[in-house]
Amino acid sequence: MRRFDLPTFLVGSAAAAVLAFIYLPMVVVVVYSFNPESVNVFPMRGFSLRWYQQLFENDELLAALRISVLIALGGTAIGLLLGVPGAIALARHDFPGKRVLERVVLLPLTLPGIVTGVAMLSFFPLIGVPVSLLAVLIGHGTFLIAITLTQVYARLKRLDPSLEEASADLGAPPLTTFRRVVLPNIKTAIIGSALLSFTLSLDEIPVTFFLIAGDNTLPIQIWAMMRRGISPEVNAISTLVFAGSIALILLGTALGGRDKESLH
Amino acid sequence: MDTAPAAKASDQAITPPKRRALLFLVLPPALWLVCFLVIPYLSLFFQSFLSTNDIGDVVLEPTLDPWKSFFTKDLYRDTLLYTFKIAAMVTALAVLCSVPLAYFIAFKVRRYKELLYSLIIVPLWVSYIVRAYAWKIILGREGILNSALQWAKITDAPVEAFLYSEWAIILGLVHIYTPFVLMPVYTAFEQIPRPLVEASKDLGAGRLTTFFRIVLPLSLPGLIAGGTFAFVLTLGDFLAPVLLGGTNNLMISNVVQNLFGTSNDRPLGSVVGIVLLVVVVLLLESTSRAERAFASLETGRGRFGGAR
Repeated sequence: MRRFDLPTFLVGSAAAAVLAFIYLPMVVVVVYSFNPESVNVFPMRGFSLRWYQQLFENDELLAALRISVLIALGGTAIGLLLGVPGAIALARHDFPGKRVLERVVLLPLTLPGIVTGVAMLSFFPLIGVPVSLLAVLIGHGTFLIAITLTQVYARLKRLDPSLEEASADLGAPPLTTFRRVVLPNIKTAIIGSALLSFTLSLDEIPVTFFLIAGDNTLPIQIWAMMRRGISPEVNAISTLVFAGSIALILLGTALGGRDKESLH
Repeated sequence: MDTAPAAKASDQAITPPKRRALLFLVLPPALWLVCFLVIPYLSLFFQSFLSTNDIGDVVLEPTLDPWKSFFTKDLYRDTLLYTFKIAAMVTALAVLCSVPLAYFIAFKVRRYKELLYSLIIVPLWVSYIVRAYAWKIILGREGILNSALQWAKITDAPVEAFLYSEWAIILGLVHIYTPFVLMPVYTAFEQIPRPLVEASKDLGAGRLTTFFRIVLPLSLPGLIAGGTFAFVLTLGDFLAPVLLGGTNNLMISNVVQNLFGTSNDRPLGSVVGIVLLVVVVLLLESTSRAERAFASLETGRGRFGGAR
């Protein structure tokens, strides 16, 4: 043990207080999801799984979960199909309009989601995409392209292009070079961005809010339940969402193996 | 010459087979982004110069009225200023929270560094809605804080003022956005060369002097990046004001939301949206001059990629 040191102690206390500030509210949600009563009283009197049971009988919520998962899968697929080629083009080729594309692709990440949401709401119906799950899917796909593209681009920038040149010099056609040289090297970035995309889509609100009609995604449904009133049912679904996110991080770390860059 | 291989590579890029491969790679994402992103932003801009008919539908009659109402009605200016005030407070508090925690992990922790680092990453993955909701059940009239205060006999009636106040919004947003600030601040602290810190101490500077004259200036890009995240994210937030602030503390994004929803005045809503967009772009441009990392392709930071 080091000797007691007041400045270090003070900084440490402040650090601990901030960590508590970040975690305590989430801990409260998890703890009160086991609340036997319907009001969140302190101290909690007992332990119950009734809210979890109610959750699994809540058809609206289950439908919302199903929709969220479908949108997240579809959006992630769009992000991968368009983002990976885009990243390769930006990292390995020069072409007119490259600077513009670099900036445009980042817009949905840097501009407030509400602006992107109302812009899409204003234009999509004009091209025959009224507010619907299809509109939500296109909206999610659009910002997930940016997620995949930035992650894969960053990886490609660190990958020596001479590997690809060597493969081409040895007579490999471009697709073979991609499959046998590039792909193995960017695999973890692709897996990482897919998991990141999936999680972000599951949690997305601002764009979804303006494009949805009728069927809700999970966060929009939780929001609707919250506005109707406080219920420990929301604590329970929140806890499950929390657990799901942690599971995805662990999965990402495990799949990424030693290559931590893929997730961070 | 260092530049020779790069020049050669770009010469090769214009041979016909390479051009075909390039088109195949770049056309699909470019077309998608033009159709579903660029044109929508442009249409928002055009819509801000259009009129509405009796039932609130947008009609193709050009007018400057929406812009005039934005610049002449106090409501919009006041809401914008109020939003700046909230965003400035959230930013200041989030930076203030981030500095000691990031500093402690970067400089003081040895054994459990990886674990603590993971602990500051995890909240970035935890749902926004869950974290906003947490404050609702803590601060509410029948919330945990109130019932704890009554249980401890500190008050005998619930305190109404916790939820639906300006402070509730600020508290909630600081909680939600601090992890976005923590990441770049932590990275900045980690990247400070340790010999510089030791040299400062060897030359007789006290710890406070070393912190304020070596550590803090060197980590300024990280602080600016983090602060910008918090500020921009707060400007675009329209859920926390509704959930935690009630009806009297609406922010600029709530105005956009209402104009596109209940009030159904899309041209005026577009004006406010475009103003918000311009404010954010100007802000990002000016801070990225000081701190290139924000929104660069290399780091992929932003609303989502943010600090991950």
